[in-house]
Amino acid sequence: MDFNDTPEEAAYRAEVRAWLEANAPKSAVADDGEGGGSMAASKAWQAKKAAAGYACITWPKEWGGQGGNPLQQVIFNQEEANHPIPPNPFTIGLGMCVPTVATFADAETKARFVGPALRGEEIWCQLFSEPSGGSDVAAARTKAVRVDDGSGDWIIDGQKVWTTGAQFSNFGIVVTRTDMDAPKHKGMTMFWVDMSDPGIEVRPIHQMSGGSGFNEVFFTGVRVKDSQRLGAVNDGWKVSLVTLMNERLAVGGASGAGWSQFMEAARGITGVDGRPALKDQALREKLADWYVQAEGLKHTRNRTMTALSRGQTPGPESSIGKVVAATQMQDLGNEALEMLDQYGIISDPELAPLRGAFHASVMSSPGLRIAGGTDEILRNIIAERVLGLPGDIRVDKDVAFKDLPTGR
Amino acid sequence: MNFDFSDDQKFLKNEARKFLDANCGTAKVRKVLDDEKVAYDAGLWTAVAGQGWLGAAIPEEYGGLGLGHLELCAIAEELGRVVAPIPFASTVYFLAEAVMLAGSDAQKAALLPKIAAGEVIGCVATSEGPGVLNAAGLQASVAGGKLTGVKLPVTDGDIATHALVIAKENGQPGLFLVDLSAGVTRDALQTLDPTRDAARLTFAGAPAERLGAPGEGFALLEQIMDRAAVLLAFEQCGGADRCLEMAKAYAMERYAFGRVIASYQAIKHKLADIYIKNELARSNAYYGAWALNTDAPELPVAASAARIAASEAFWFASKENIQTHGGIGFTWQIDAHLYYRRSRQLSLVAGAPRVWKERLVSHLERRNAA
Repeated sequence: MDFNDTPEEAAYRAEVRAWLEANAPKSAVADDGEGGGSMAASKAWQAKKAAAGYACITWPKEWGGQGGNPLQQVIFNQEEANHPIPPNPFTIGLGMCVPTVATFADAETKARFVGPALRGEEIWCQLFSEPSGGSDVAAARTKAVRVDDGSGDWIIDGQKVWTTGAQFSNFGIVVTRTDMDAPKHKGMTMFWVDMSDPGIEVRPIHQMSGGSGFNEVFFTGVRVKDSQRLGAVNDGWKVSLVTLMNERLAVGGASGAGWSQFMEAARGITGVDGRPALKDQALREKLADWYVQAEGLKHTRNRTMTALSRGQTPGPESSIGKVVAATQMQDLGNEALEMLDQYGIISDPELAPLRGAFHASVMSSPGLRIAGGTDEILRNIIAERVLGLPGDIRVDKDVAFKDLPTGR
Repeated sequence: MNFDFSDDQKFLKNEARKFLDANCGTAKVRKVLDDEKVAYDAGLWTAVAGQGWLGAAIPEEYGGLGLGHLELCAIAEELGRVVAPIPFASTVYFLAEAVMLAGSDAQKAALLPKIAAGEVIGCVATSEGPGVLNAAGLQASVAGGKLTGVKLPVTDGDIATHALVIAKENGQPGLFLVDLSAGVTRDALQTLDPTRDAARLTFAGAPAERLGAPGEGFALLEQIMDRAAVLLAFEQCGGADRCLEMAKAYAMERYAFGRVIASYQAIKHKLADIYIKNELARSNAYYGAWALNTDAPELPVAASAARIAASEAFWFASKENIQTHGGIGFTWQIDAHLYYRRSRQLSLVAGAPRVWKERLVSHLERRNAA
């Protein structure tokens, strides 16, 4: 048991480190969280990585990767994080959409899209969630109907929601309903679409946190070629599983202020008995709990990395990350506000500790507990796939989609 | 990155599991539970000594197997899984570790081979009453190499041959090695976990040899506690995992309202929460094992985190296992309460989690300030 790289890993790390030293940006650009002002810097950095083979290390060489192993990608990510790199709006495309296209499209389409996505020239979004179903992707009601003119083309109408990055995406993959008479999982078809189509309208969602990282996307008479279909007609559920398999890898854990920042803040704030809040026994116990959780997650990642290093598939323990981190982010942020007492309502970065980082945690953590699998869905996944407990009883399984009851 | 046990260590763990499945079924544990006069499973103790486990981490020159602490962690997890009714922790995690850490060559030569052979049973006697012991409140004292005072509860105090005792000497706290063959009265205590006996020890001139320097009793005790905490954390992880298995097995075969209760989200999410806590505990325990095995300066922090996480996980798993069972889980005949009892024993025997949380934060405070 040790934390050292193997000789091969150490050599790779040294190579990566030297390359980053020579090539990584020296100063940060402001991340507006919406890919706006920082986009040029993001694209420039992605192009540089792609030229050196670092954009998607595990991809085969003919796609522009290195044919590397997942641990090499982890090593690169660790080293890259030590530099002031711009935000990365490419992860959804490269982690989920492009692999789906590459798996199901013909060779020509694959060749057309893989390179530009890798180099950051084109950005992709994933159009799955709908107002009628977030966790239940197979509840999608956006329709694709075949045009009756012998062209084989399809017309798509409907609405998607919670689409990350749709406002600056060039392409997207969209799951549609193509058979209302089939049960829900058996009547869906996947397509790729050009987001510049005049029938596609992107409207930003004003989040409760004030930001607008997500969008509603409206499809009105959007005509697509049959060659844009990914997988067989009515086989879209299987295709979407390939995409979603990668989602939990692409949706990161919580960032933001952690136990260490809390501890530093608590040193300088007066607590209930006139002493610094850090001397408050109730807060100290919470700090201990957060530290133990954070360490538990860190060393769980180390166990996952060990499996990767040995060429094994990581165990199920890697599934606990987000469900623990998102809740801790919310609890820790709120305790920090309560520690400030009346002053805690002030979120002005000029006045609040850590420029309002704890307030930001409180306001963004509700989204993190939902995005990429809600706390409840993740617990279902642990229960079913890790522990082998039965799936939920499905009342919608063998019913024609058009006959399913719909609420709001 | 190699944050896992080696194949050899996994083999040892697997062999330990097979051995304990054959030699430590719950029927054996229940003999100790149900019979007030039986303090531990002496047959199992002898068998475990025969396996060499008591001396797993003791150097070969002192009659041990000379393996590392990772091997001992692997064994500890298996003992925890079966709630083994033997004084393993008292003897191996506390007494042997203390002697290896602070004993003189003569003390090592006198005790370690006997520990490895199963001829010595240890105990650790610190508590003198309700609440957290500190130097100001310490009553037991040593004068002229003789110990007087009262300690309770002392796990395995009624069967131990030797005790680690914290006591004042010339007004300063010291840690002492005490031979229990003379000058001590033992009274058995009724405790939450009768599968691990405890006693009140009244010392009246028992012979005491100091371990370590005068006045450094608490500092040395903390070092020993750190080492024991990691090993206890593995016992707790083993017990917690077993609770999850029991809860799952029952939920998969128990029907209510026309379906197995494992198909209800209320149960699925409960078991998922047990799994999450168990994995967090295991990852912290692994880090503690690494720190213990390499004598890393991170040991106090790593041991604290392992103890806190494992105590929380075992408590949660043991209580929610009973809850998953429903009424039958509240009966004497179902094994769930063996784990519930043991979770309390293990969480308290080396200091309550609250004490460890305070220690952890104190360490972090100093580390972050540095």
